[in-house]
Amino acid sequence: MKQIVVISGKGGTGKTVIAASFAALAKNKVMADCDVDAADLHLLLHPEVLQRHDFKGGKKAVIDRDRCNECGKCEQVCRFNAVQNFVVDPISCEGCGVCSHICPEGAIKMEDNLSGEWFVSHTKYGPLVHAKLGIAEENSGKLVTMVRQNAKLIAERERKDFVIIDGPPGIGCPVIASLTGVDLALVVTEPTLSGIHDMERVCRVAHHFGVKTYVCINKYDLNIENSEAIKRYCLNSNIEIGEEIPFDQAVTEALVRGVPVVESSDNKVTKKIESLWNRIKQIN
Amino acid sequence: MVISIASGKGGTGKTTVATNLALSLNKSIQFLDCDVEEPDAHIFLKPKIESKKTVSIPVPHVDEAKCNLCGKCAQVCAYNAIAVVNPIRRSKNEIGVGKENSPIPETKPHKELKGKVLIFPELCHGCGGCKLLCPEKAISEVDKDIGVIESGESKAIQFIHGKLNIGEVLSPSLIRAVKEHINPTRTVIIDVPPGTSCPVIEAIKGSDYCILVTEPTPFGLNDLILAIEVLKKLDIPFGVVINRADIGDEKVKQYCQNYKIPVLMHIPFDKEIAIAYSKGIPIVEVKPKYIQEFGKLFEKIVN
Repeated sequence: MKQIVVISGKGGTGKTVIAASFAALAKNKVMADCDVDAADLHLLLHPEVLQRHDFKGGKKAVIDRDRCNECGKCEQVCRFNAVQNFVVDPISCEGCGVCSHICPEGAIKMEDNLSGEWFVSHTKYGPLVHAKLGIAEENSGKLVTMVRQNAKLIAERERKDFVIIDGPPGIGCPVIASLTGVDLALVVTEPTLSGIHDMERVCRVAHHFGVKTYVCINKYDLNIENSEAIKRYCLNSNIEIGEEIPFDQAVTEALVRGVPVVESSDNKVTKKIESLWNRIKQIN
Repeated sequence: MVISIASGKGGTGKTTVATNLALSLNKSIQFLDCDVEEPDAHIFLKPKIESKKTVSIPVPHVDEAKCNLCGKCAQVCAYNAIAVVNPIRRSKNEIGVGKENSPIPETKPHKELKGKVLIFPELCHGCGGCKLLCPEKAISEVDKDIGVIESGESKAIQFIHGKLNIGEVLSPSLIRAVKEHINPTRTVIIDVPPGTSCPVIEAIKGSDYCILVTEPTPFGLNDLILAIEVLKKLDIPFGVVINRADIGDEKVKQYCQNYKIPVLMHIPFDKEIAIAYSKGIPIVEVKPKYIQEFGKLFEKIVN
């Protein structure tokens, strides 16, 4: 079983469009949406939720005002400025618990924080594991790990060939959680200076964690010169170019209809995404 | 005044709106790029970087001469960033177990193995708990670099951005460090990372107003709704800019109408703008009429 993650560095380059297309093209796989703070894959795969689980990502400090003698020690030790006037701001609290250890009155409790939900769903393309991080919550990296672990379990149990992961933008915590230990990272980029800048950073992250990387240039014909620069970068960095996909309004139209773009062949991109998948599925 | 520019979904045009707004206002502007994982605003503003500063967080360092392997540090660390291999055997009473934590297992140490404290700096949040609570005062703190802050000038704009080091996870800490540079005498524009979780909250927190940039697609709408929930929770006033306003569908517009959310500006899809963007050229340079449009956007916010 192979795990493949789709990432990009920069947001909006087409990760989810590509991942949803792979859902339609790959035969025997589990899908995982690891962009847990702005998940969109469900809008194209239309899951029917079979299992719903609470996600307790960490703890938050709560001060019992009846026991608090307002000594202020908690405020002094908190490095996240989360305690003000003997009240903990749950948004700033990082759950370290130092205040609860230091409080002479034992007035501070660390309480489990329900910081999201994760789901196992049925889709017409096979199982989908996805999640919803609570509003303004943290620990998205842990939730990503939860989604990945469960997608992998299902893949092993049902003898699937692939886990296909739709990753988040950026290069930080949730990206690293999506990336570590996969067999291939597909970096979807676009021929803009921002796209190139961000692609280089995310490729370095993949390299840092020893993950094999392919680059796919989306909307490559928007700026051919920049697409050439991407190819030069990949050549110099020993990264394979997976495919070059042209710009086509059909991508947005399919999005509005709520279907993976490869469901119709009446456009310029379907053949390209098919050949990209055919290449990726052969990785070893 | 502090204005942040955010969106749930990535690639909707946050940086485009933020940089063009900064370039359109006839004011003293401070621009903070808080998308520290992928900072791109410098591509458009082309600042002359004048200073560079490393940002670090404190991580523990154990003085083995003082450490008696009691295991307290591992027990208090909420992030599993510190582990004690082969801790000495102690009873629950002796190590003073915190109420919320389970005691370390009372295992007999293996005779041939020496005990050791292992530190995993990549998991450490720098809370300082282990140092504070070590009974032997054996823990000090050393700096671990997580990124850099660069600052400079771009014409009249004071420019600052953070760049997270490759392989680092603590973007919120770096964002906090960037925001320490806020100069309240200027109009401050903050470019926020995509998403709705901790880095976004850290970047938006304390703003007087937030502009949410979206696109009229199901993805744009889904993520806009999530971003709106964040702003409601933070109690920050906001309005929406619809980018590539003439592609996709009408649902974003309808949603804003139904919930009485101010739509501050529409930017139509324009190949000329897209090509300029791909080269790192701001809209206001190729289409100067937008200077006025972004000026109006600012007026709407102030009123």
